[in-house]
Amino acid sequence: MQEDYFELFGLPQSYEVSLQTLSERFRDLQRVVHPDRYAAADEREKRLSVQYAAEVNDAYQTLKDPVLRAIYLLHCRGVDAQMENNTVMDTAFLMQQMEWREALDEVHKCADPEAALDNLRRDIVEAMQSCQSGFAERWQSNGEQLKAAEDLVRKMQFIDKLIQQLDQFEEALFDD
Amino acid sequence: MALLQISEPGESTQPHQHKLAVGIDLGTTNSLVATVRSGEAATLTCKGGSHLLPSIVHYGDNGIIVGSKARELSVDDPHNTIVSVKRLMGRGVADVKGLGGVSPYEFVEGEGGMPYIHTRQGDRSPVEISAEILKVLAARGRDALGGELVGAVITVPAYFDEAQRQATKDAARLAGLNVLRLLNEPTAAAVAYGLDSQSEGVIAIYDLGGGTFDISILRLTRGVFEVLATGGDSALGGDDFDQVIAEWILQQSGIGGSSLNASQMRTLLQEACRAKEQLSDVEQVEVSFQGWAGSLDREQLAQLLDPLIKKTVRACKRVMRDAKLSVDEIQNVVMVGGSTRTLRVREKIAEWMGREPLIDIDPDRVVAIGAARQADVLAGNKSADEMLLLDVIPLSLGLETMGGLMEKVIHRNTTIPVARAQEFTTFKDGQTAMSVHVLQGERELVSDGRSLAKFNLQGIPPMAAGAARIRVTFQVDADGLLNVSATELTSGVESSVQVKPSYGLSDNQITTMLQDSYSHASEDRDARMLREQQVDADRLVDALQGALAVDAELLSDAERAEIDVEIEALEALKSGEDIRAIEAQVKRLAEASNEFAQRRMDRGIRKALAGHSIDEVEV
Repeated sequence: MQEDYFELFGLPQSYEVSLQTLSERFRDLQRVVHPDRYAAADEREKRLSVQYAAEVNDAYQTLKDPVLRAIYLLHCRGVDAQMENNTVMDTAFLMQQMEWREALDEVHKCADPEAALDNLRRDIVEAMQSCQSGFAERWQSNGEQLKAAEDLVRKMQFIDKLIQQLDQFEEALFDD
Repeated sequence: MALLQISEPGESTQPHQHKLAVGIDLGTTNSLVATVRSGEAATLTCKGGSHLLPSIVHYGDNGIIVGSKARELSVDDPHNTIVSVKRLMGRGVADVKGLGGVSPYEFVEGEGGMPYIHTRQGDRSPVEISAEILKVLAARGRDALGGELVGAVITVPAYFDEAQRQATKDAARLAGLNVLRLLNEPTAAAVAYGLDSQSEGVIAIYDLGGGTFDISILRLTRGVFEVLATGGDSALGGDDFDQVIAEWILQQSGIGGSSLNASQMRTLLQEACRAKEQLSDVEQVEVSFQGWAGSLDREQLAQLLDPLIKKTVRACKRVMRDAKLSVDEIQNVVMVGGSTRTLRVREKIAEWMGREPLIDIDPDRVVAIGAARQADVLAGNKSADEMLLLDVIPLSLGLETMGGLMEKVIHRNTTIPVARAQEFTTFKDGQTAMSVHVLQGERELVSDGRSLAKFNLQGIPPMAAGAARIRVTFQVDADGLLNVSATELTSGVESSVQVKPSYGLSDNQITTMLQDSYSHASEDRDARMLREQQVDADRLVDALQGALAVDAELLSDAERAEIDVEIEALEALKSGEDIRAIEAQVKRLAEASNEFAQRRMDRGIRKALAGHSIDEVEV
């Protein structure tokens, strides 16, 4: 089995991925390797099939998600973009983060909390998109540009967490 | 080289022979069995013509009775007549007490906290009681199909946890069934609905049964059923509806619930159930209990049921968020399970959806039909090209870390099968053992999750704290069952467990029960084991010869010769009676052909992507 997820899916190594092509290839691959195809096979083939199917699932999850995909591309370039290792962020981003968190805490005081949450979400998603396009331009470069791509991935991870919190908040607010 | 073999006319054992397989819906209230014949899937009836088998088991002086005859005895002999046993599967004594409602059973705590029910025929575990239901269904399948079954697909609520799944699989083993797959009930329903209607796109399956609730969101694309997210409550269903109605009757009549004996309680619940069912047809029903008489109308019923229905709607909302979809992206909501006949349920779901849900399929039979379709594919009667199910795990799996916190290793709604590893390290200098505690659930605190298993990794070479690297690998198979292994990477010390959840039966217990159920003569047992071993050998040889016929060029002459030698050796042994020798040779042949199997799978992958070259991909 190929090591490289892009190769496994027959796709060029790139940050831009067509989600439709990706999901089509995913289904094509699972049709071949899924344990349902090996129900009548012997134990060893069954195990092999579970292993392959799990690998295809993992590759799909990674390539489908914009943040995981970015981390994976850096990994392919030999960079380990783990958030815990390096949390130095530029001050502007830290300020921005604090503002967002404050806004999230204030939401329930707004006259229309739903609209306030929607606005906040729009801002955050916009910031995420700008990180993503910045990353797409830089990840193949070297030196300072590659470092910048790394920073962008860490920002994406922060924003991703924030979006999750936003979801949980929304859940608590609107689940009557 | 072995000569080609030709079988007697009419005795063909070729792969094209139709294999007998069934789908079983093991429900809280009713169970069904279905099969595919001449391309048509249908539920099988008992001699009396009924499709539904009430999931009720009576332990009497003269034997065990299952089904509607057992139901007749449930009021007169409540302690020995077990209803809704599915609610007890994979649960501990403490869980069972927390389930709410009054239970007539006398529970005895067994090994590992598993609740046994005290009956006239001795203490029985929920697994054994479920096995009695499965035996009746299996017999119905054999009678209808006229032969031994190669296996069964058994459905479970999608929201069943590891312990509940394992308990169901154990029950099937006890009933002597080969489990082809545990299939999630809403996924089974989607298969039946999807194949029938030929629809494509995103659908939601709202499955409210007698004791469990599931909501699954699926994408249907040319025969592929991809579950995007699933959620629910494995202790919520029609039984709870009956319970709140029963409480209302007690309150209205001024009869104290604690004064009722088990038999009176059964009568009360049956009265509540009758009222609920009739209110789907009429506006108002008369209710009576122990001399009290009153009436219940739809509005009052709605008031009683709304808090329960609201719980299901909340689960629906969460699952939509997990699937990252909004309600208007769903093409259809399909209603499954007997409790969706309750009008108030339909009303509330229509309200949430903003349009009417689909109710034109039989909510009782659709799950068994879908399971039969899947059984047909897995038995090899139908090509998996035409249908493929991609399911998810309903609850996150993780490990206990310092401070009683749960670290998630696999998140809920991850597509299965899945394998994931996480690395941990030691806490103290010179630490030589590490205890691994496997958990399931969504909450951060270990005490809020379900404990699945604990095992120790021993023999870690003494090192400074934080220097050892312990990799814990979780693997969930296509049945949704978990395997965990741990390895210390610097020394290679290994430990692994097939997770056998707390409140389950041990392998030894099952083996003992199985042996008890066969004839006690040991020759019978040996004969059966020999037969099983021979079947294994046949399967391996058949599969391999089939593969060699298609993909022989993947092997060098030397590699081919090696496999042929092992095949011949196995062919020679398998007609003999030496169980151990056959077993050992099966292993040798499997090993000799391992590389071949991998190459075949790699080729399959390349073929699947053939026709797409890298540069044609548009972005």
